[in-house]
Amino acid sequence: MVPVSYYLVVSVILFTLGALGVLIRRNALVVFMSIELMLNAANLAFVAFSRTFNSYDGQLFVFFVMTVAAAEVAVGLALIVAIFRSKHSIDVDQLSSLKG
Amino acid sequence: MNFLLQPLTLVTFFPLLGVLALVFINGEQKNTIRWTALGTALVTFVISLWAFFFSGQFNPANGDLQLVAKYDWIMVAGWNIRYYIAADGLSVMLILLTTFLTPIAILSTWKAVEDRVKDFMMFFLMLEVGMLGVFVAQDLFLFYIFWEFTLVPMYFLIGIWGGPNRLYAAVKFFLYTMAGSILMLLAILWLGVNQGTFSVPDLVAKGGIPVDIQFWLFWAFTAAFAIKVPMWPLHSWLPDAHVEAPTAGSVILAGVLLKMGTYGFLRFNLPLFPEAAVAAAPTIATLAVIGILYGAAVSYSQKDVKKLVAYSSVSHLGFVMLGMFALNSQGIQGAILQMINHGLSTGALFLLVGMIYEQTHTREIKVYGGLWKITPVFGTLMLIVALSSMGLPGLNGFVGEFTILLGAFGSVAYGSYWYAMLSAIGVILAAIYILYMFQKMFLGPAGEITHHHEIKDLNLREIITLLPLLVFIFWIGLYPAPFFNLMAPAVEKLLIPFQAVLMAAH
Amino acid sequence: MFFSETSTSGLFFNLVPWIVFAPVVGLLINLIIGSKLGEKGVGAIASLASGSAFVVAILQIISLNAHPEGAVVKVAEWIHIGNLAIDWTFRIDTLSVTMMMVVSGVGTLIHIYAIGYMHEDVRFKHDEGRYRRFFIFLNLFIAAMMILVSGNSYMMLFVGWEGVGLASFLLIGFWYDMDTLGRPSFANSNAAKKAFITNRVGDFGFLLAAMMMFWKFGSTDFDLVFAKVVEVAAHEPWVILWITIFLLVGVAGKSAQIPLYVWLPDAMAGPTPVSALIHAATMVTAGVYLVTRSAPIYTLSHDAQYIVATVGAVTALFAATIAAGQYDIKKVLAYSTISQLGFMVAAVGMGAFVAGMFHLITHAFFKALLFLSAGSVILGMERGHHHLPHGDHHEIFDPGDMRNMGGMRKTMPVTFWLYMIGTLALAGIFPFAGFWSKDEILLDAAKVFPHVYYLLAIAAFFTAFYMGRQIWMVFFGEARHAAAAHAEESPAVMTVPLMVLAALSILGGALNLPYIHTLTNWLEHTVKVVEHEGEVAAWLETSLGGLNPWVALISTIAALLAIFISWLLYGRTPLKAGQIDPLKKMFGPIYYGMENKWFIDEAYWFVFVDRYVDLARYLAQTIDWDFWHEWFHNNIIAAGFRGFTRFLAQLVDLGIVDVIISRWPVAVAQWLSEKLRALQNGFVRSYALSVLVGVVAILGYLLLNMK
Repeated sequence: MVPVSYYLVVSVILFTLGALGVLIRRNALVVFMSIELMLNAANLAFVAFSRTFNSYDGQLFVFFVMTVAAAEVAVGLALIVAIFRSKHSIDVDQLSSLKG
Repeated sequence: MNFLLQPLTLVTFFPLLGVLALVFINGEQKNTIRWTALGTALVTFVISLWAFFFSGQFNPANGDLQLVAKYDWIMVAGWNIRYYIAADGLSVMLILLTTFLTPIAILSTWKAVEDRVKDFMMFFLMLEVGMLGVFVAQDLFLFYIFWEFTLVPMYFLIGIWGGPNRLYAAVKFFLYTMAGSILMLLAILWLGVNQGTFSVPDLVAKGGIPVDIQFWLFWAFTAAFAIKVPMWPLHSWLPDAHVEAPTAGSVILAGVLLKMGTYGFLRFNLPLFPEAAVAAAPTIATLAVIGILYGAAVSYSQKDVKKLVAYSSVSHLGFVMLGMFALNSQGIQGAILQMINHGLSTGALFLLVGMIYEQTHTREIKVYGGLWKITPVFGTLMLIVALSSMGLPGLNGFVGEFTILLGAFGSVAYGSYWYAMLSAIGVILAAIYILYMFQKMFLGPAGEITHHHEIKDLNLREIITLLPLLVFIFWIGLYPAPFFNLMAPAVEKLLIPFQAVLMAAH
Repeated sequence: MFFSETSTSGLFFNLVPWIVFAPVVGLLINLIIGSKLGEKGVGAIASLASGSAFVVAILQIISLNAHPEGAVVKVAEWIHIGNLAIDWTFRIDTLSVTMMMVVSGVGTLIHIYAIGYMHEDVRFKHDEGRYRRFFIFLNLFIAAMMILVSGNSYMMLFVGWEGVGLASFLLIGFWYDMDTLGRPSFANSNAAKKAFITNRVGDFGFLLAAMMMFWKFGSTDFDLVFAKVVEVAAHEPWVILWITIFLLVGVAGKSAQIPLYVWLPDAMAGPTPVSALIHAATMVTAGVYLVTRSAPIYTLSHDAQYIVATVGAVTALFAATIAAGQYDIKKVLAYSTISQLGFMVAAVGMGAFVAGMFHLITHAFFKALLFLSAGSVILGMERGHHHLPHGDHHEIFDPGDMRNMGGMRKTMPVTFWLYMIGTLALAGIFPFAGFWSKDEILLDAAKVFPHVYYLLAIAAFFTAFYMGRQIWMVFFGEARHAAAAHAEESPAVMTVPLMVLAALSILGGALNLPYIHTLTNWLEHTVKVVEHEGEVAAWLETSLGGLNPWVALISTIAALLAIFISWLLYGRTPLKAGQIDPLKKMFGPIYYGMENKWFIDEAYWFVFVDRYVDLARYLAQTIDWDFWHEWFHNNIIAAGFRGFTRFLAQLVDLGIVDVIISRWPVAVAQWLSEKLRALQNGFVRSYALSVLVGVVAILGYLLLNMK
C-alpha cells in the first residue's frame, strides 16, 4: 500500500505549481487553470486523508469542492468572455482599474 | 373578545372600526365615505349612551370610578404601566359631549369638505378615539399617550383643510401644546417612578407627596393644561387655530379639545395635589378673572367673526377655571356644566358661522348686516345661540355662569368677594360683544355682502345639524337637574380631601 | 313633578303656572303655524293667550279671597347643588297677584290695540311679514314678565328680569333695519342694544345681591331670606346695606333711574304698543316691584331707604325737566315715565310700599293710555301724510314730531278726549287716578324725608307743565303740517281698548281711597306696612285719615298753576310752523340743556363707551395682536428660536462639532490613505502574492507555536 505521504507530496507539488501559475502567468485562462490545479491538489489531499482515517468526510468535501469549482468555471469563464469583449485581451495585469 | 366588549373600551375604540372600513372604500365615492363616517360616529354615540344609561353597569349615584377595565401593560423595571380606563361623574358628560358633537361636526362637513374626504374622515374618527381616550384613561402613562395622540389628527385637519394661513396655525398649535406637555411628561415620570404606580386612583389613595414637591408637580401639570384650556396669557395659539381650522375642526377644537385642559385640572391637579391646589387657587383665579375680562374686551374689537368667537372662548373658559378652583360644590359643578355649555354654544356658533361662510366666503363682520330679514331661520337660531353664549337665564349658559359665580363668591379657597364681583362684569361685557356681533351681522340695513350676494336660508340638513344642540341649550337652561345629578356624587367625593386642607390653610 | 301639591290649598292656586304657559303656548302656535293664520288669526291667538293669563290671574284673586295667606306652587327643580336649591316655584300672594293683574290686564288691552296698530304700521313700513313676529315677541314678553312677578325666589325673578330685557331688546329693535323715520340705518338696533346692555349693568348688581343673599342667608327664596334677615342685620349690618345697594343698581337699570335711565328714551324706537306695554306700564315698574318685594330687607336699613328715596326723587325731577324740552310726542312721554318711576321708587324707598304700588297701578293705566293715544296720533299723522299728493311722500317726515302737529282735536276727536283724560290723570288733577296715588306718595314723603317731598313736589309741577305743553301743541292751534290737517281717526279696534284704559284712569283712584284703603288692606297680607315713629305718628293725627289737606291742596294748586303757565306759553298764542319754542326764548341756555337731555348721553358716550371701545381696541390690536401674538410670539419666541437654531447650526455645529467629529478624522484618514494607496496597484497577482505571503506567515506562526 502506498503511504499517505506520497499522495501528499504529489498534492504539494500540484498546489505549488498552481500557486506559481497564479502568481506568475498573466493570461487569465492560465491563471484560471492554475486555480483549478490548486483545488485539485486540495482534493487529492482530502481523498488521501479520507482513506487514511477511514472517514467519508474528506470525500464529502471533495464533492463540495468540485461543485464549487464547476460553478467557478461557469462564472469565471463568463467573466473572462465579458472582459475579452471590452478589453480585447485577457491579460490580468491590464485589469488594474475598476472602471469598465 | 372580553377585552373589546368592555363598554368603555368599545366606546373609545369603536371609531377605529370606521377608520378601517374607510380604508377599503374608494376615495372617489365621497358620499359613501361621509355616510360611513357619520354612521360610525352615530353608533359610537349610541354605544356611549348604552354604556352609561342602559347597560346597568354605571350607577350615577355612585361617585366612584365605574365601568373599569384594567390590564397590565408595560410591567418592566418596576414600571407599573397599565391599560386602565374607567369613568365617573366628572367625565361622563365630557365623554357624551364628545360622542355627541362628533356626528354633528361630521354632518356639518357634508358640503364644506370636498377635498380628500376620505383622509378627512379618517383623521376625524381618529381624533375622536384620542379625545375619548383622554377622558377615560386612569393611568397617567396611557393618558399621556392619548393626550399627545389627539395632536396628530388635529394638526392635519388644520394643516390640510384649513384656511390660507393653515400651516402656520397648525404648527403653532402643535408646538404650543407640545411645549406644555413636556413638563407634564416629566411630572408624570416623577410620579410613576417615585410612587411606583401610574394609576391615578392609586396615586390619590396613596397621597403623601411632600408639599414642596406637590408645588412643582402642580405647576408642571398646569403648564400642559393651561395651554390647552387656554388660560390667559397662553391663549395666543387659539385665534390662529380657530380661524384657520375648517368648521368641523373648530367645533371639535372649541367643543372638546379645550375641555381636555379643564378636565385635566379636575382629574389630576385637584385630587393629586390638594395642598398645592389650595395654595395656587388665588393665582389661578386671578388669571381666570383677567382671562374673562380680557377675552371679552378683545372679542368686542374683532373684525373677523370667527376670531370673535375664538376670543370669547378665552372668556368662557376663564369662567370654568374660576369655578373649578373655588373648590366648593357650586363652583365645580358649575364649571363642569359650563364645559358642556361652552361645547354646545360655541360649537353651535362655529357651525352657524361656517354655514354663512360656505355661501359668502367672508367672515368679516362689517360686510354683513340685515341678515335676519333675508334668512329668518338662520337669524333666529343665531339669536338663540348667541343668547345662550351670553348667559341669558332660561338657556344653558346662565346656569353654568351663575353657579360658577356663586361658587367663586363664597369660596373659602379664594377668601374674597372680588374675584366673583370682577368676573360678574364679564357678564356685561359678554352682552356687549355678542350683541355687537348680532347687530352688525343680522340687524340694521343690508350690508355689502347681504346686498349683492344671494344668501339662502338654512336647508334641512343644516337645521338637523343644529337642532340637537338647541334641544340641549333649552334643556340645560330650564331643567339642569339630570345633569347636576350625574356629576354631584363624584364632585362631592372629589371635595372631601379639601375640607381638611382648607381648614388648615385658613 | 308637575303641579305637585306642596303647600297649595286654594281652589285655583294650582292653575298659576298657566299665567306663563298660556303666553308660551300662544307664542309657539304663532311661531309654528302663524304664517298660515293670517293677521287676524295671529292677533287673536296672541290676545287670547294674554287674555287667558288674565283670567288665571282673576282666578287667583278669587282663591286669595278665601286664603289670603297665599300659596306656593312648585313646578320643577331648577338648580340644586349642595345646599343651593333654586326651584321653578310660583308664588301667589296679594302682591304678586296685583302685578299679574296689571301685567295681563293692560297687556291684553295692548295686544288688542296692537292688532289694529301693527296692521297699519307694517304697511307704512312696507314689511307685512313682520306682523306675526311682533305678536310672538309680545307674548314672549308677557311670559317673561309673568315669571318675574310670580317667582318665589330672587333667582326665578331674575329669569323674568332678564327675559323681559330680551323681549324689550327684540321689540325696541323691531324695525331693526331703519331709524325712527324709516330710513335704512342702525339707529333702532343701536337703541335696542343700548337698552339690553344698560339693563345688563343693572343685572350685574342684581346678581351680586343674589349671590350675597345665598351666602349670607343660605337661600334666595323670598321666605327663607326674609326669615333670616333680622338676624343677619343684627350681626352684619353691612350685608343688608350692600344687598340693598346692589339691588338698587338692578332697579336703576330696569326702572330707568339715575344713573342708568339713558336707555328708556331711546327705547321709543320700538312700535308704540311696545312703548306703552313695556316701557311705561309693566316692565319698567319691575324695579318698584322688586323693592316692594324686598321690603323686609329695605326697612332694616335706614341708609338704604334714604339712598333709594333720594335716587327716585332726583330722577323724578331731573327727567321732568328734560320732558319739558322735548319735541317728540313719545320722547315727552318717555321722560315722563322716567319721572313717574322716580316717584314710585322714591315711595317704595321711603317705605311707602303701598303708595308706590298704588302709583304703579294707576300709572300703568294712564301712561298706557297716553302712549297708545300717542300711537293713535302718530298713525293719524301717517294716514294724513299718506293721503297727501304723491310728490310729498319722499320728504323726510317725522309723524311723531309735535312741531308738525297742531289742531288735531278736530281731526281726531276721540283720541283727543282720551289723551285729555290721560293727561289730567298724570298731572294729578282731582278726581283722576293720578291724583290719589301721587298724593299718597307726597304725603308719605312729607312725613319721612322732607327733601324728597320738595323734589317730588317740584317734579309734580313740571309734570303738569309738560303735559299741558303737549296738549296745547298737539291738539290746539292750527295744523303746522299738511299731514296733521289731513289726519284721520283710528279704528275701533284701537280706540275701544283705549276707552277701557281711560275708564280705569278715571276710576283707578278708587282702589285705595283715603279712609277705605282697599289696596292697603289687600297688600297688607304680603307687605307689612311700616309703623312710623312717635312724632311722625302725631303729625299724622292732624291729617285726616291719611289725606292731609295741605299736601293735597298744595299739589293741586301747583298742578293747576303749571297748566295755566303752559297755556300762557303755548295755548294763548299757538306755535306757528317753524317758530322757536317760547321757553327757549325765555331761558336760552337752560332750555338748551333740557332740549338736549343735559348732554348726559354724550357724557356717557365720552366717559364709558368711547373709553371701552378704545380699551378693547387697544387690548385687541396693540396688546394681544401686535405685542403678544406678533411681537412676542413671532419675533421673540419664533424668531428667537430660529436665531438660536441658526447659531447652533452654523457656529456650534459647523464650527465645533463638525470639526471635531468629521473634519479631523477625515484628515487623518486622508493622510493614511495617501500612504496606503501605494499598496493598491491593481494587479491581481500582487494581491495573490500578498495572500500567499499572509497564509505562509500565519501557517508559519501556527507551526512555530505548535507544541
